[in-house]
Amino acid sequence: MGLLSDPHCRRALSRLVVRLNTPLCVLSYVAGLGWFLAMALPPLAPRTYMSENAMGSTMVEEQFPHGERALAYGRDFAAQKKKAGGIPVAWLEKTMWGLGLEVYKQPFARTLPFPDESRERYMVKGTNIYGILRAPRAASTESLVLSVPCSEGTQNSQAVGLMLALAAYFRGQIYWAKDIIFLVNEHDLLGMEAWLEAYHDVNVTGKMQSSGALGRAGAIQAAVALELSSDVVTSFDVAVEGLNGQLPNLDLVNLFHAFCQKNGLLCTIQGKLQRSDWDTLPAYAHSLQTLLLMVLKQGSGRPQGDHGLFLRYHIEAITVRGINSFRQYKYDMTTVGKTLEGMFRKLNNLLERLHQSYFFYLLPSLSRFVSIGVYMPAFGFLILVLALDLWMQLNKCEAASEPRPGLLALVPPLVVCHAAGLALYLLPVLGQRVATQHFPVSEAEAVVLTVIAIYVAGMALPHSAHRALPGGGSDRGWMTLKLLALLYLAAQLSCAALLNFSLGFLLAATMVPAAAAVRPTGPRPVLAALLVLSTPAVTLLLGIFLHRELEERPAGLAEGWQLFLQALAEGLLQHHLYGALPFPFLALLTYPCWLLLWNVLCWK
Amino acid sequence: MAAALPAVALLLGCCGAPLASGVQDQAEQFFRSGHTNNWAVLVCTSRFWFNYRHVANTLSVYRSVKRLGIPDSHIVLMLADDMACNPRNPKPATVFSHKNMELNVYGDDVEVDYRSYEVTVENFLRVLTGRIPPSTPRSKRLLSDDRSNILIYMTGHGGNGFLKFQDSEEITNVELADAFEQMWQKRRYNELLFIIDTCQGASMYERFYSPNIMALASSQVGEDSLSHQPDLGIGVHLMDRYTFYVLEFLEEIHPASQTNMNDLFQVCPKSLCVSTPGHRTDLFQRDPQNVLITDFFGSVRKVEITTETISLDRDLTVFENEHRHRLEDEWLESISAEGDLEVLVDNRLDRSQQCALAAKRANCILDCIKWSMASWSKEVILPLHFVLVQPHYDIARFL
Repeated sequence: MGLLSDPHCRRALSRLVVRLNTPLCVLSYVAGLGWFLAMALPPLAPRTYMSENAMGSTMVEEQFPHGERALAYGRDFAAQKKKAGGIPVAWLEKTMWGLGLEVYKQPFARTLPFPDESRERYMVKGTNIYGILRAPRAASTESLVLSVPCSEGTQNSQAVGLMLALAAYFRGQIYWAKDIIFLVNEHDLLGMEAWLEAYHDVNVTGKMQSSGALGRAGAIQAAVALELSSDVVTSFDVAVEGLNGQLPNLDLVNLFHAFCQKNGLLCTIQGKLQRSDWDTLPAYAHSLQTLLLMVLKQGSGRPQGDHGLFLRYHIEAITVRGINSFRQYKYDMTTVGKTLEGMFRKLNNLLERLHQSYFFYLLPSLSRFVSIGVYMPAFGFLILVLALDLWMQLNKCEAASEPRPGLLALVPPLVVCHAAGLALYLLPVLGQRVATQHFPVSEAEAVVLTVIAIYVAGMALPHSAHRALPGGGSDRGWMTLKLLALLYLAAQLSCAALLNFSLGFLLAATMVPAAAAVRPTGPRPVLAALLVLSTPAVTLLLGIFLHRELEERPAGLAEGWQLFLQALAEGLLQHHLYGALPFPFLALLTYPCWLLLWNVLCWK
Repeated sequence: MAAALPAVALLLGCCGAPLASGVQDQAEQFFRSGHTNNWAVLVCTSRFWFNYRHVANTLSVYRSVKRLGIPDSHIVLMLADDMACNPRNPKPATVFSHKNMELNVYGDDVEVDYRSYEVTVENFLRVLTGRIPPSTPRSKRLLSDDRSNILIYMTGHGGNGFLKFQDSEEITNVELADAFEQMWQKRRYNELLFIIDTCQGASMYERFYSPNIMALASSQVGEDSLSHQPDLGIGVHLMDRYTFYVLEFLEEIHPASQTNMNDLFQVCPKSLCVSTPGHRTDLFQRDPQNVLITDFFGSVRKVEITTETISLDRDLTVFENEHRHRLEDEWLESISAEGDLEVLVDNRLDRSQQCALAAKRANCILDCIKWSMASWSKEVILPLHFVLVQPHYDIARFL
């Protein structure tokens, strides 16, 4: 008879699993982490290749000549920006009109939930300006976007200059089959979100006010966000992670890589160069670093550039940054312009949206990728630990002699934990006025400190509620609660990993050992320390330190703490402004789950 | 053959030269091929801008075939997409077959019969088999008969046993073989040359079973046909290798060329084409050595002027003489009965030129007769022939 269908065999198997539970759990956990670490190696990370047939190879002839003109436009723009103290609307309008584009401007206003350090006021007002280059012989059904953020100070003025020079050049060509939108957005992500919402006529984040009749150019097929702050560049960096860890189609990254190689530009990802040797240990360390950086950035759910907000509308987008570092060989504006021209010409050949290549991947380098089929087993092994532990819990529950507690005994802990989560989610922003009245802190600080206060307070909540009900306070009680908590955790982490693998994996890697090991008996201080270390807040803190370490500018404790507070504020802000999900996920789901485990620990 | 023989015999006879045995071979050569007209069906089955090269392939063959004499009325050109007017084309209204934009195969007199979404498997098979709704315009019909040599050229994306049409359907080699069999049963071709330039093209002719079909393909089963050269200005590949070299070969051919099919089989060896071109001649009755390129790529030239008489089958000569003598008496009556069937003799031309002119007119009238006649039985054709064509021969004879 079959191994699993024979009851005798099944019992033997389950007894084996229960007996060897701890070694199996440890083995599975190590296997999961080991698989993750092995993903940076060549067998698991094959070379990238262009999947879209319509884009083909890089066989176009780029002829962009206006490098100097781009610099001139950039200088003009910088001067005008300084004079206007913000985005020089009139000058941009006039220049774009002079180039032959259809110009539109979109004023927008947004109320922030709390004024953060960079903006320091509740209401943010700005204007987006964009010009549409109509395709000469095609109906305006599809379009491409080249966007440049108008940042404070002198940043990105060369980017605006290059965009205007490209617009002037593109206007003279007749081979465009899609309209091209040249967008200058103010206030970075805020302006971009306002523009996208107005363009698609939706209200995703609410409370965004914008006005004006906007010109449209059809469905946007792809977008490139450009950031350039110097006259010459030594390398080009690409940022792919978008809002909530969403990634653009891998073909767009491949396109960028192919054109950088064609024009001889140095291209980097996560700020790191490619290494040509693949078999050596330093090369492995290098690609592991790049992979970890991507995982950390994706897990945070923050868009790493203006492109991150396009992805939600199913528009593939990347951000391209020109970096000027201390390298000997510098590239001028013409080369940069040619690369962008080549990319846009290839995107022009697209017949459908980019869909042939992967949407879920990790990049240990620009020329190698790890697809979802390869990285999921790492997460699977971690969840297997939970599954094994659940199995053991079930068996212990059946073996225990006491009567089953009613499910009612579990309700108080559940309610209390979720109430704490709800408080964590709602109170900081709602209560900031009260906090600023009573304490000498600014709103942003008030919000963040409230978050931390509620977080810690949740741990100190009285957990004796369960004793009030019959059947509470027993061994079966905490086992059942742990069973529930493990199921809850497994479900959450699986859902998170499907949408944002890095978030799911990071939470799983930190929380799974503690969740599996926790029980009221046994060495309580050790288990308590383990559980505290696995809490999402500590994961965030450690993640920040690791991130700075990988970027090769390690942060000290004080700086790390500041960054931590900033990250909390950013998380809240991004949730309210753009609908970022990590904060509500952690506050409403993961934190209550962790509190349940804390409950289990403090059962007696 | 029955209608052609008397005409040719009379034509040769009317010039009244003595017969020589060396000319016998010439005559045999003359009757080597059994066709009287040529058709071409040129199909490009791919759409989308990156399949530019397939349209360029088809248009290049179209250009060659027109240059060698097949008129637009005898060409059915099917192009699945319009590259010349694609918004991505940096040179609008052109389709280039060679980089550096040397040769614009689109030109200004191209006649596309089936365009864009009309190129479907159903339409293609209807064209071949003639099962076409009565409302179809004449230019969209393949009006071939059992004396037609047809060139069928197909290009696009293919696989083992199929050719993809328009990214949404396929034609299989079985369907194609059956279509050709239908054509054979309906007497719609005399001989057929099938050329296909796709990946695994040889699989498309594996299933043919009708007689008189010769097939060429650009690659064997399991091989890909490769494209020839990209053009950086336009941004796409311009042609496929096999068709590129076939074109180079065809550029050397002129309407009177004697190059035969064996030379075409040698075009594009593996060193140039990377794939191995294949061909199939087992269904073909003649030896490829004796098949001229112009039998398929050019238009038939059935007129040869010689000053020597060639003696044909004795019975046939007697029969012709009888008819001739009989008609001599009735000639004037038949002419007057028809009124306007007068034959003009231009005194400014000399004898050989008159002969040539008469021969040309005879040829034209022969074609007309063939076009308009529903049946070709001897009883019907001969009298009509003698009424319409005979005067020309007699004039030439009397010169």
